[in-house]
Amino acid sequence: MNEISDTPVLEIKGLSVLLPDGADREFAIEEVSFSIGRSEIVCIVGESGSGKSVTAFTVMGLIPKKDLVPVAGEILLHGENLLGKSDRQMRRLRGEKMGMVFQEPMTALNPVIKVGDQIAEILEIHANMSASARKKRVIETMEDVSLPEPVKMYNSYPHQLSGGQRQRIMIAMALVLEPGLLIADEPTTALDVTTQAEVLELIRDIQARHGTGVMFITHDFGVVADIADRVVVMQNGKVVEQGTRDEILSAPSHPYTKMLIGSVPSLTPPVRPIPEIAETALEAKALNKTYGRVGFFEKGRLVKAAQNVELILRRGETLGVVGESGSGKSTVARCVVRLIDPTSGDINVAGTNIAQMAESELRAYRQKIQIVFQDPYRSLNPRRTVGQSIVEGPMNFGLSGTEAQSRAENLMRIVGLAPEALTRFPHQFSGGQRQRICIARALAMEPRVLIADEAVSALDVSVQAQVLRLLQDVRERYDLAMLFITHDLRVAAQICDRIMVMQRGVVVEEGRTSEVYANPQHPYTRSLLNAAPGRETNFAR
Amino acid sequence: MTDHAQDAIMADAVLSEHEDPSLLAGMLNNRAIFWGGGLLILFALIAAIGPFLTLDPTELNPIKRLKSPSAEAWFGSDFLGRDIFSRVIYGARVSLVVGIAVALISVGIGLILGLVAGYVRVLDAVIMRTMDGLMSIPAILLAIALISLSGATLGTVILAIVIPEVPRVVRLVRAVVLTVREEPYVEAAIAAGTRLPLILKRHILPNTIAPLIVQATYVCASAMLTESILGFLGAGIPPEIPSWGNIMSEGRTYFQISPWIIFFPGIGLALTVLAVNIVGDGLRDTLDPRIARKI
Repeated sequence: MNEISDTPVLEIKGLSVLLPDGADREFAIEEVSFSIGRSEIVCIVGESGSGKSVTAFTVMGLIPKKDLVPVAGEILLHGENLLGKSDRQMRRLRGEKMGMVFQEPMTALNPVIKVGDQIAEILEIHANMSASARKKRVIETMEDVSLPEPVKMYNSYPHQLSGGQRQRIMIAMALVLEPGLLIADEPTTALDVTTQAEVLELIRDIQARHGTGVMFITHDFGVVADIADRVVVMQNGKVVEQGTRDEILSAPSHPYTKMLIGSVPSLTPPVRPIPEIAETALEAKALNKTYGRVGFFEKGRLVKAAQNVELILRRGETLGVVGESGSGKSTVARCVVRLIDPTSGDINVAGTNIAQMAESELRAYRQKIQIVFQDPYRSLNPRRTVGQSIVEGPMNFGLSGTEAQSRAENLMRIVGLAPEALTRFPHQFSGGQRQRICIARALAMEPRVLIADEAVSALDVSVQAQVLRLLQDVRERYDLAMLFITHDLRVAAQICDRIMVMQRGVVVEEGRTSEVYANPQHPYTRSLLNAAPGRETNFAR
Repeated sequence: MTDHAQDAIMADAVLSEHEDPSLLAGMLNNRAIFWGGGLLILFALIAAIGPFLTLDPTELNPIKRLKSPSAEAWFGSDFLGRDIFSRVIYGARVSLVVGIAVALISVGIGLILGLVAGYVRVLDAVIMRTMDGLMSIPAILLAIALISLSGATLGTVILAIVIPEVPRVVRLVRAVVLTVREEPYVEAAIAAGTRLPLILKRHILPNTIAPLIVQATYVCASAMLTESILGFLGAGIPPEIPSWGNIMSEGRTYFQISPWIIFFPGIGLALTVLAVNIVGDGLRDTLDPRIARKI
């Protein structure tokens, strides 16, 4: 694939970028060296804070010059060093010689300009073309990235397109001048798994046809397995290992790479014993949640976020609810905890229907169901110590201050943190530690049902594995019933006994995890499983 | 007090919140707060102590009418021979009292209404439409109406300025509450069975403090200006009290021959409002840079 005689599209040699004083380390990236050849996709992988984005932004010349200073090394684009270039020269190179695709396709596009004009703007700046030639070229590029009806879509605004279509527009913008290098910074992270598969397919297809070199930044080893020719693994600003995809994924040599790859949850559910029929902890019958109203004055549309959802959750089991964004999985979780009121249906907790119960009566049942949220940075009140956060619930239910305090200390040990840390504030903890604190806070209520709403989705893969183990562990220790909401089929395979697949508010399939994964019945489940990145790769264990 | 409530207080004491030490240091390091605050403290001291050291601001002295500034009468005298210097210093008192009183009252009322509007969905529309109504009343017309109903007093002037200021505070607090109530930590507190008053006190109120302090400084500055305008129009503090607005109003007739009557209270007003605004900007930058966009 990579011809040795060719000069590489991009070659980075010993690049170091200084962090401002007072940061937790001296260099954002240190002694980074790798190259990207023509028609080659190089994945830069690493956890948050590894310096992978800084590397990409330094190449593009988009780092804030006051805070981040490249102090050593060179960046050779087609053999030319970029570090000595003026702002004016860099502006020319961006777009013509290198293009970039960002993570968030909604915010990367200007919401008030037609998407076609946004692509045409690049031509207006860089190429000397007539308006009609520009339009023709834009429509060709939009065809090239497989956008339907490009002539019509030229006049659409970003909000009228789906997430996948917006990301295609971004790719069209990056590629309209046919640059030799495409930098993609987590381009599929914000997309649903089926859309992600399509966009990955597109990037592979385009770079093969145009011979573009691609720097693809990701944290997801499934994506790496699907798209990479070569892989560069970064940790704390340094390249710890690089090699071909197969070398890295099946025979990593550096301990950090081994640990990362070993933490990727397998898509094959482990063999688990069929639990005995235990008592029902939570039951939902014909649960409906409709948003919006249609009335005399309102012409608003109705969104059926959940339709006739039925679920039974027994003590000691984990039920997974999987689906893409908008499938209604979080709506179900929030209805069950009564953070939102269901439109109709029953929710039985301990034999009582709480679906329409008034807040004053509901309080007694709140204790029995607890929830852990997705975002560890917003789940704890930043102005209160973690101790105050943990004791809040039990003390609402009459536990004395000293008892609550000792319960909190005990729980901190169970979730793997020092009891002394109770007096600290949330900002003094890492994301994974905060998620442990949130689990401790939920457990402090001594609930019967624990709901994990994408509880590990925001975490790095190594931390994710630890928090999953902790959840598994506390479920067994307290004989909890766990409702596990996730979009990640790999995580669901590892932790769930049973699984429920939701699409547009409807449960389309339900069954034992191993059976659903081995023999999916519904076409949607099949397409989800087929879209799961890296499904054919065996990661080194 | 129930045992339960006592325990809650105990727990708060045991795990007491420690203030972030860098915040105070950050405030003193902020040049705007340092200079604006310094100037403001100086004016406050002058207003508090000054009137005891100067001549009686209301003493008439027909022989020394319309005297220009001199070593004897630093700022000159007005058409009744009253000492302008003493009057301006006394006027600082009126301005600061009105500014601070309006800021405190409107922030207090606005905070409560804003919390309710932001959290109790049923009352939101009622409160906000009432606020829209109040906001449409011009302070000056309202003051004239109130004074013609109940007579000119300091209280009426403060009330007349408070009424149109309250809706601005309510809107700010409501906006903060609406964002914070969606935070997962508030939802976690609801799921933990925390009662509404405690949720408001523990999880929502603290988030409104920083933007409120900043808003209070702007309310204070605008109240001082409005008070002077009312005085100048003769619809404010009763004329026997030497407020800056009143002094300027009385000096208007003699403006061409004795400009100092208007000049010195004008300088006092401009400097005080400037100082308050500078402090407000400094507080905004140190307390929370994000709220800069909300105000």
